[in-house]
Amino acid sequence: MSKADTIDRHYRELVETADRELTENRPDGTIEIQVGSATCEHAAGSQTVYDEFKKHIEASDRKDIRLHRTGCTGRCSREPIVSLLIEGERPVKYQKVDSRAVHRIFTSHILRGEPAAEFLLGDPTAETAPVELLFCGGQRCGRKLDFDPEKSFRQALRQAGKSDRDVYILNANCFGLCGRERRGGGAHVLIRPQGLLYKIKSAEDVQRIVRESLVEGKTIKELESDEPVFGRRFFELYGELAFFNRQTRIALRNAGVVDPESLHEYVAYAGFEALAMALRKDNPKWVIEQLTQAKLRGRGGGGFPTAQKWRFGREAEAETKYIVCNADEGDPGAFMDRSMLESDPFSILEGMIIGGFTIGANRGFIYVRAEYPLAIKRLHKAIESCRRHGLLGRSILGSGFDFDIEIRLGAGAFVCGEETALIHSIEGERGQPRIRPPYPTDRGLWGQPTVINNVETFANIPVIVAYGGQWFGRIGSDNSGGTKVFALAGKVEHTGLVEVPMGVALRHIVEEIGGGVPGGKKVKAVQTGGPAGGCIPAKWLDTKVDFDSLTAKGSIMGSGGMIVLDEDSCMVDVAKFFMTFSQDESCGKCTPCREGATRIVEILERITKGRGEAADLDKLERLSRLMKRASLCGLGRAAANPVLSTLREFRSEYKAHVRDKTCPAHACKALIKYEIDPDKCVGCTLCARKCPVSCIDGERRKPHKIDQNRCIKCGRCFEVCRFDAVNRG
Amino acid sequence: MSKQQSTDNWPEVRQQAVEQLPGAIVEFIEQCQAEEHPESQLIAVLHQVQNHFGHLGEAQLDAVAQLMRIPHAKVAGVASFYHFFRLNPPGQTTIHICLGTACFVKGAERVAEKFREELGIDFGETTKDGKFSLEASRCLGTCGLAPVIMVDDQVQGPATPDQVPGIIEKLLAKDKRAKNSGS
Ligand SMILES: Cc1cc2nc3c(=O)[nH]c(=O)nc-3n(C[C@H](O)[C@H](O)[C@H](O)COP(=O)(O)O)c2cc1C
Ligand code: SF4
Ligand code: SF4
Ligand code: SF4
Ligand code: FES
Repeated sequence: MSKADTIDRHYRELVETADRELTENRPDGTIEIQVGSATCEHAAGSQTVYDEFKKHIEASDRKDIRLHRTGCTGRCSREPIVSLLIEGERPVKYQKVDSRAVHRIFTSHILRGEPAAEFLLGDPTAETAPVELLFCGGQRCGRKLDFDPEKSFRQALRQAGKSDRDVYILNANCFGLCGRERRGGGAHVLIRPQGLLYKIKSAEDVQRIVRESLVEGKTIKELESDEPVFGRRFFELYGELAFFNRQTRIALRNAGVVDPESLHEYVAYAGFEALAMALRKDNPKWVIEQLTQAKLRGRGGGGFPTAQKWRFGREAEAETKYIVCNADEGDPGAFMDRSMLESDPFSILEGMIIGGFTIGANRGFIYVRAEYPLAIKRLHKAIESCRRHGLLGRSILGSGFDFDIEIRLGAGAFVCGEETALIHSIEGERGQPRIRPPYPTDRGLWGQPTVINNVETFANIPVIVAYGGQWFGRIGSDNSGGTKVFALAGKVEHTGLVEVPMGVALRHIVEEIGGGVPGGKKVKAVQTGGPAGGCIPAKWLDTKVDFDSLTAKGSIMGSGGMIVLDEDSCMVDVAKFFMTFSQDESCGKCTPCREGATRIVEILERITKGRGEAADLDKLERLSRLMKRASLCGLGRAAANPVLSTLREFRSEYKAHVRDKTCPAHACKALIKYEIDPDKCVGCTLCARKCPVSCIDGERRKPHKIDQNRCIKCGRCFEVCRFDAVNRG
Repeated sequence: MSKQQSTDNWPEVRQQAVEQLPGAIVEFIEQCQAEEHPESQLIAVLHQVQNHFGHLGEAQLDAVAQLMRIPHAKVAGVASFYHFFRLNPPGQTTIHICLGTACFVKGAERVAEKFREELGIDFGETTKDGKFSLEASRCLGTCGLAPVIMVDDQVQGPATPDQVPGIIEKLLAKDKRAKNSGS
């Protein structure tokens, strides 16, 4: 038997075992209750929810109800999220589920077939249409149709006597599955709950789908899309929600879909297909060629072309080489990597095995933050399962290629995300960076050539290998293929994980997916790139989000933290926040970083306390430039970016602090004062009762007064007064 | 034969070190010694020690140094370099306050101030009665719930300054109940 045949046989066996396991577990007609399980979901109470459902199922003695654990979808502010999958019906999602909700969902929806309206996630009126059409937006595949598919559908539906209440039409952004080949173009439409994916090219196709598929209930084989299936399940499950259908899920394709502890489920969604393919081709150059065509750039922040890094790794001459996954995720406002590790650990392992094979390494390490216990636990389990199924260890899938992965823990030092510091840390040393070159691809772990990539970079690898670099490269912008995952947080309605093609406008993320700032307030700026990044002012919300455009606007893409700031955020305070962070995290090895950061924090502290001087702004600029130029590693070199970017874009705010001793955002305590307007105060005593230090005096029905000496400026009086009598200035 | 084993008092030194650590950790260390780059497991060992004792005591650091054949100064250096390791015993309950970006933007500083005020301690300190420790954390990975606090291993959010006295009271009451039922 040839080697390729052996690999094929092993892979087929794997798929068959997975299928068998899964169908045994999930007989036809099963009702599936899907509960999210990740650190964030747990914090919101999802474990209790899981246990409650379990009790209900046991008590009901129904054998056709199955609980399914998945990772998290990234819809943070609505967790815990529960999906109910009933055959022949569209999936129904519930939000913020607690024990009471579990009881309602179980007794009402599961037992009586009536959805528990008060807990539905999404538009409750939309949930009533029995069929749903989901269009791909097709903005990027360059789809050219000489008709408007949505209009044609509406028309055809009317002719067939169907109304909005029978069929619900939605527009999604891009399923992310638009074709290996592009011949003829065409738009995709996903019909739920049937899960049919049709490709339409003409108005006649639309007529046929309505007539044959929707009215007569048949499947039209010729129109069915032969596109890769991946990502599709995500849309089958979550497609109706704007938060999700405005995204393109590639790195997060399985998050919220598979059980992260089940190798079989991963395999069922095309898991390890790419590995089998790469091993069968037995040609590392081919893998590197795919990465080149994919225009994949590292997701850890630097944006270095992955193909080039792997080529260096491949070409380095050494007996022993290593591959390392950087899961240190140090940006203090980001959690993309955690979510991927917790929700789909196998995809990262698969990416690493392919990487090991490509560069010729037999050992891999995952360097993960100790602060992520659940991610660590799931990685351990995933590694064990892979070993049991011949996917790690000796002769993977019978290919003769040996590879194994070990987990190494970080211990809470941001600088250890820097690759040379990370190497020292794995070696058991203090995590201090060293000068590059030599680069790790020449001299890395224990002096051997080492390729280091970020979690998200690895998560993309299997998809690129399976569907081809060209396909991946078409998604995204000219210089950067694929998508990027962002951790959207701060002053935004919908917080959570967002994956979009490289090159979409910042506005798309903040407003369309994130829903803008709550409470009718306005976006002031968006902070990207974490402590090494900068603030993009609201006037530039149309900036494209990719490595080059963000750099051009004085910020960086970074690893994916994205914090929305509104009118109440003080930009000086934000700069101080990041600078304090970098000061704390500076390893102290070189003077410009150690001393520069300390001095900058001192000046910022002074400014926010109202003791700044006119010369301070120049001093800040000078020190920042010095740090940028003279620091040894990326931490020091980038640490002043938040200061420089806010100084440039929000200089007037700095000036207000220094010259007028005011904080325009009313955030710096030392610069605000609360006063009661005697003309407006009706003497209701509310503020006096709420003041935590009891410094408000006054008789009932008489104007009250604040004792400024005792006031701690907590703002309670300002918040509670119903007569607008408390002034903040 | 390695250098260390040839010194006369090694069995004694080893015995003393072994007495400081739980058997599982000693076993782990000795297993690592047989593998390539055993010193690279230092951080892993320190994690295990902290897991067991709650902090890294002087005696344990010394024992680790002896058993792993790493200079004491280096072990101490590594232990103090990484924020995750604590050299002093924590209080009965550790309250972590997330001061990550998302939590900062949503007012974590105000929550932090309230905790400092109520407990009378700063970050990294423990109350005199040994009941509470206060720690600043960096993004607990649940920014969607910002501002977030973590009481022992339980993440909660969004937290407001108003909730702080209640949280502390509840913990004290729980402690009292535990004591009463214990005696
Ligand atoms: C101070 C500092 C912190 C970093 N932290 C991380 C991190 O947490 N995760 C990460 O993947 N890369 C981090 N990096 C970037 C890494 O050094 C390295 O470039 C990256 O892991 C390479 O992977 P990629 O090519 O896949 O992006 C950091 C860099 C610096 C200078
Ligand atoms: S720039 Fe800062 S973090 Fe980097 S080596 Fe120098 S002191 Fe350490
Ligand atoms: S709450 Fe407003 S109206 Fe009432 S006493 Fe205070 S300032 Fe006056
Ligand atoms: S700001 Fe706070 S402390 Fe000052 S008067 Fe108002 S409620 Fe009292
Ligand atoms: S910033 Fe607090 S949990 Fe992320």
